[in-house]
Amino acid sequence: MLGKLKNANLDLLLPEPLLPPDLESYPEFHSKYINSKNTNALINLSHGTTTLAFRTSQGIIVAVDSRATSGTYIASQTVHKVLRINSHILGTMAGGAADCSYWERYLSILCIKYELENKKKITACIASKLLANIIYSYKGMGLSMGTMIIGGDGKTLDIYYVDNEGTWIKGDLFSVGSGSTFAYGVLDSEYRFDMPIEESIELGRRAIFNACFRDAASGGGVSIYNVQTSGWAYLGRFDTSDLYWNNYKK
Amino acid sequence: MECLIGIRGKDFVLMAGDSVAGRSVVAMKKDHDKMYQLSNRLLMAACGEGGDTVQFAEYIAKNIQLYRMRNGYDLSTKAAASFTRRNLADYLRSSTPYFVNLLIGGYDDSDGADLYYMDYLGSMVKLPFGVHGYGSFFVLSVMDRYYKEDMTRDEALVLLQRCIDEIHERFIINLNSFKVKIVDKEGIHVMKDLRPTTKQPEETPGTQSMDIV
Repeated sequence: MLGKLKNANLDLLLPEPLLPPDLESYPEFHSKYINSKNTNALINLSHGTTTLAFRTSQGIIVAVDSRATSGTYIASQTVHKVLRINSHILGTMAGGAADCSYWERYLSILCIKYELENKKKITACIASKLLANIIYSYKGMGLSMGTMIIGGDGKTLDIYYVDNEGTWIKGDLFSVGSGSTFAYGVLDSEYRFDMPIEESIELGRRAIFNACFRDAASGGGVSIYNVQTSGWAYLGRFDTSDLYWNNYKK
Repeated sequence: MECLIGIRGKDFVLMAGDSVAGRSVVAMKKDHDKMYQLSNRLLMAACGEGGDTVQFAEYIAKNIQLYRMRNGYDLSTKAAASFTRRNLADYLRSSTPYFVNLLIGGYDDSDGADLYYMDYLGSMVKLPFGVHGYGSFFVLSVMDRYYKEDMTRDEALVLLQRCIDEIHERFIINLNSFKVKIVDKEGIHVMKDLRPTTKQPEETPGTQSMDIV
């Protein structure tokens, strides 16, 4: 077993993009078969979602919805849009579910590799840059991802936004997805850096709820995570219709 | 929707870029710095397509550092700009062109302060002042009117403030904060962010609303 490992190619970085054979150009393939205007399109990627993350003096709150849509059909109301990369770093999913979940899972492998090679925990800056560089090498080939890498190495806490265009930016407040504009409306009205933790959880929940209310492609339920320097914690899932009828209906 | 401004003075280059990082209609980050340090006395401001700007800027910056490590001295501004332009031009007709517009400002002991203007098609020109983006339509005439050779730092900052005010006055996109840096003999200095000067709304006769009785 050890002998096999000795010769194994442990360099997992940047696999060659696997394209179908006889393919003249990927953009042509993409425009013809994926999200095509014509009804013969075979692949319909689901893009609708609302995810958000913001930082306060008490840590970072991450809130996401849980609906997946295929055109006008609701494929699922219970999608997990927060991906656990390691005990200290979370990733959110917006855009293509397969793209996000595959590459963020691959990112967890790269994080383990980094920690083994460097004998220290990986920061969100490095993890998000690794992901951004991979995504950039597939630029123009049809990846659809708007993801936030949130967390740190035990001393730092950052939120990085990474998307399929190759954008890589650090910030204190982000919202991603078709319902993001609605979430921004609620977030920007009440966000303050020095909010107490209960208020920030309620703000995150409220912002996603309002986005689900107005955006057809977001809904299902609100899942909330809290990230501190000591790691992330799952705070629970709140069904959107329960929130409406029991809490927020006026 | 981005705007980059560069002004060459007596022995310095003043560079400014708006600080909005946007994605379709949303301003995702409002304190984004679009200027990248290539070396001690070389600064590059980049705007254009999201991923391309960061990737290309970091690629150039690392290569400039590599030159320094291999040879023991920094590339001159002219050489660094040429190197950057060559990369842009080489990648233009490849499968991965970089859609970035650049301003490179630097200070040499031999040539003094220089500003180079480059666009995504690989054209390059040395200029006394340069602007990228839609802001250029509004700002170039202001520059033509008020720019003079061998300006001092204060005069250049006043000119830059004029430009920002004009963009705020007439450009439909809200760019209300600019990151500002100066490159000179001592290196790269980060200045305070500049915002448009707030003007008191004027009370003109005829703008008062009429009560309908």
